[in-house]
Amino acid sequence: MKDVELKMLERAKALLESGEVARVIGWKKGDFCHDPSPASFESVEELDSFVYDYFCGANLSKYLIQMSKKEGKTAVFLKPCDSYSFNQLVKEHRIKRENVYVIAVECLGKLDIEKIKAKGVSFVTGVEVQDKEVKVTTPYGEEVLSKPDVVLTKCATCNKTHQVKDEEIILHERPERDVNRFEEVEKLEAMTEDERFAYWRAQLSKCIRCNACRNVCPACSCVKCVFDNPASGIAAKANDDKFEEQLFHIIRAFHVAGRCTDCGECSRVCPQNIPLHLLNRKFIKDIDGLYGEYQAGETDEGKTPLTSYTEGDAEPNDVFKGEAK
Amino acid sequence: MQEVTTEKKEFTPNIVAFCCNWCSYAGADLAGSSRLTYPANVKIIRVPCSCRVNPTFVLKAFQQGADGVILCGCHPGDCHYVTGNYYTRRRMALLYSFLNYMGIEKERTRVEWVSAAEGARFSAVMNDFVAQVTALGENKRLTDLRVKEGE
Ligand code: SF4
Ligand code: SF4
Repeated sequence: MKDVELKMLERAKALLESGEVARVIGWKKGDFCHDPSPASFESVEELDSFVYDYFCGANLSKYLIQMSKKEGKTAVFLKPCDSYSFNQLVKEHRIKRENVYVIAVECLGKLDIEKIKAKGVSFVTGVEVQDKEVKVTTPYGEEVLSKPDVVLTKCATCNKTHQVKDEEIILHERPERDVNRFEEVEKLEAMTEDERFAYWRAQLSKCIRCNACRNVCPACSCVKCVFDNPASGIAAKANDDKFEEQLFHIIRAFHVAGRCTDCGECSRVCPQNIPLHLLNRKFIKDIDGLYGEYQAGETDEGKTPLTSYTEGDAEPNDVFKGEAK
Repeated sequence: MQEVTTEKKEFTPNIVAFCCNWCSYAGADLAGSSRLTYPANVKIIRVPCSCRVNPTFVLKAFQQGADGVILCGCHPGDCHYVTGNYYTRRRMALLYSFLNYMGIEKERTRVEWVSAAEGARFSAVMNDFVAQVTALGENKRLTDLRVKEGE
């Protein structure tokens, strides 16, 4: 990872120095080793705080909506999963493609600090990853954890590969893995209606309507969102009415259906640990099963499943009969 | 503290039917003028095309206390606007499947294609759907989806 970081830094410096780009979007060091945050670097000096490590899970593609409209080119580092969001945003005409310089970077799965803490390891000062092991250093000594236990949920079943026609690529080959991202969805489907209702009610009742899931989502980038409530005086935070409060998650999941790339950012940022990806993946699974496999963001053109049809599509009343799914 | 009621009030469900202006709404008219009956608790909302039905309409109907929601449009291929109902078909297939995934009984949602000439079919569909929802009882799930029990 260190060598990748150095190469990235080198490229960022060269691009800024030559004036080819006006800014570079990457990650900058946080107060702790585990909280780097997305940042825009406009000069070589600013790059002192540049970082790329196992905690850089954030998807940078959404920042390009704003940045690509600025004067001068913007360079951006995209992980495999981010590249799908990028394509989707280009397809929806939200990003000015000609103003962006993409550098694809490797990702072997990012770590989830909350999962590390849940293992009883606190005060993390550094991590070292070797294959399937994570060596965590703390002032109280070292701990070795199993990597699959502490990667971000979105990384656990990720098999994504780079999808953008990159200007350049900094990455190692990553072997394809045998993972099933629909396993949890299938478990829920196998439950009774009562059990599913109980499950979702318990999950969704935890929501504090912070809107973080919406704000982070690359698919949720409408200029005017149904969940904005300017009349409240405290923008984007107040519920309009009971309807919105009750059905927020269903409405949001439907709005991104066919457009969600399954980047997993929503679940990553949810402070209440609500498995929002299980909502999106239900739509993805149904779309795959009813209308043919479709991966949003695989290309930056073409129609989405909800803006196309065939004459022989399944009838809504028949989707429960089983054979369609 | 459960209320003890000796007399059981008969349950009449609240049914919302979104009907396309060009077919099923006229079908309902025909049912009426042919003196065919359908239950009075079916509340028809006329829409210019089944495709006008935004999924939030369906959700709102449930949240406001509907016990069942049915959407009626022209038969596929016969849409007044040529392709509207094809989009409806995908949209509703996904929405209804999703609602069921959230635990909403699948019997509460339905899509039927009813033409302007099918007055008898309109009446039969509505009678059938009302009977189906009546058997299920009241819809509570989409009005308290986010309220934990006992709170
Ligand atoms: S809904 Fe979640 S997984 Fe889908 S694109 Fe948005 S943040 Fe990513
Ligand atoms: S991030 Fe989680 S808590 Fe915040 S609004 Fe979304 S679901 Fe609710």
